[in-house]
Amino acid sequence: MAAGTRLRMPIFTRLCVVWLAVIVLGAVLADFVPGLQDPNHQGFLFGTSKTNDAPSWAHLLGTDNNSRDILARIVYGGRVSLVVAATAVATGTVFGMLFGCFVGYVRGKADAVVMSTVDVILAFPGLVLLLTVVTLLGRRDLVVIAAVVGFLSIPPYTRVARAQALAVSRREFVLAAEAIGTKKRTILFREVIPNCLPGCMGYALVNAAVIILLEGALAFLGLSVQPPTASWGNMVNAARVDIQINFWPVVWPSLALVFTVFSLNNVGDFIRRSRAVRSAAL
Amino acid sequence: MLPFIAKRIVRLAATLVAVSFLTFLLVNLLPGDAINALIPIDAQQDREFVEQVREEWGLNDPMLVRYARWLGDAATGDFGDSIVTSRTVSDEIFHRLPVTAELMLVTVGLSVLLAVPLGVAAAYREGTRVDQFVSGLSQVFLSIPGFVAGLFLIYVFAMKLGWLPATGWNRLSDGLLDNLKTVILPALSLALIEIAVYTRVVRSDVIGTLQETYVLSARSKGLKDRYILFRHCLRPSSLTLITVVGLNIGSLLGGTVVVEFLFAMPGLGKRLLDAIFQRDFMMVQGITVFIATVYVAVNTLVDLVYMVVDPRIRKAD
Repeated sequence: MAAGTRLRMPIFTRLCVVWLAVIVLGAVLADFVPGLQDPNHQGFLFGTSKTNDAPSWAHLLGTDNNSRDILARIVYGGRVSLVVAATAVATGTVFGMLFGCFVGYVRGKADAVVMSTVDVILAFPGLVLLLTVVTLLGRRDLVVIAAVVGFLSIPPYTRVARAQALAVSRREFVLAAEAIGTKKRTILFREVIPNCLPGCMGYALVNAAVIILLEGALAFLGLSVQPPTASWGNMVNAARVDIQINFWPVVWPSLALVFTVFSLNNVGDFIRRSRAVRSAAL
Repeated sequence: MLPFIAKRIVRLAATLVAVSFLTFLLVNLLPGDAINALIPIDAQQDREFVEQVREEWGLNDPMLVRYARWLGDAATGDFGDSIVTSRTVSDEIFHRLPVTAELMLVTVGLSVLLAVPLGVAAAYREGTRVDQFVSGLSQVFLSIPGFVAGLFLIYVFAMKLGWLPATGWNRLSDGLLDNLKTVILPALSLALIEIAVYTRVVRSDVIGTLQETYVLSARSKGLKDRYILFRHCLRPSSLTLITVVGLNIGSLLGGTVVVEFLFAMPGLGKRLLDAIFQRDFMMVQGITVFIATVYVAVNTLVDLVYMVVDPRIRKAD
């Protein structure tokens, strides 16, 4: 691979990376950011802030209809989106890769069984299945939501990994390993899985964006984490009743959601394009 | 071709049975006793009465027996009764279906109308500013969830300008214009993501077709570019578009739940949400299976249409 074939990252994509870094750092370090307020502090109870207040030095993005600081709630709300997305990506890659690469490599009965199970789970529209499982479980804390989303991420990753494994299994190095009598298990872990990894990673960023949108919709319906815990979706839902009095509490969390999803898509697209250039140059 | 169709239909039936069993498992194995939806908690002191209701609804039978009974009834179109409203589930579904169906049709129609010219223009001017603009636009559209788009459309067109109603639904029988007024904003909020997806598909497909030799020969005959684009290029590309529309029906069905909630539309998605909040398990089960059925059936249909239109696939299978 010559250095010259590498795509330069456009300034716009760099901005997206910066935005994602800010959101991640904010979510991780929220408790230690100096001056960031308690996201559940209702100032009007103590006479320190008003409800639906305009932006000021004390509240940079103003306050919501419970007189809570909107900036703090957005920073803490990012935690929910990121934890759910990270769990989905981690569970999906680990289990989806294992199942997908295994059945894509060995084929046969295992392939038929696993893939028809995957087909059945994917026959449910994602949000509808998520909605049903989360409500029937009856508990709505972050752990439960993340676990359900994580479990539901396994089938799509399995499908992606299997498609990759099918192609990789026909490559010369796999055939060569088979010819010299390497054990199937060794080939799976040494040859097939490592070569499926990059393709699955490209899918992971796009999938993270989809998951964040799903969690947002779930929260908007009031079925994600229980208030007062902040999430971007439930902030939009809570603020929409006062949209005629104060428009801005709806705008800020919406923008946080849109910017994050946009950045993930943009960076994911860039990675895919630069990989395409590199494999074309090979 | 006939054995192929038969094979597809057998597979469809098998998938549907599996889907309904999974739903049944889900609704029955997860915590939360159905009896709580039938009798208020404080009236459950009377053990004898509770037992009688359990017997009446068949809640004491083993799960497989209940599933077999439910499946047998479902095969004849009987999905059971709603626990809360005591209407039949199939009644409720067919009462609500027209709203959701119209919403989805208008969304897909609107999206195709906007996405095809955008995608063709981007492909024709590949790599230029037009192409970059279209790609940027589709990336933005792809990042705006339906509920955010819906809220801003309501704010601008209903609250600030007062042109359209913010929520509610007028039936088609109330007049076409009144009906369109209530469907346009929800459809627009769902359409953004669809437009983005379709545009990308049309663009990459037309770029591929433009390199075919028959396009070259059409050009050498001196045919106008516009004629070539829409007559020679769009027809083969439309197959891919149909497939993607079919595959996207799933996420669109999920989207209608959110949008019907936001716009207070009496559709299937809103009914599912209400049933979920009321723990009306028969209703949840019926609607979920119905939605999954539609999704799977639409995609089988797409496969069949594909095969009818393109003879090469018929031979390959």
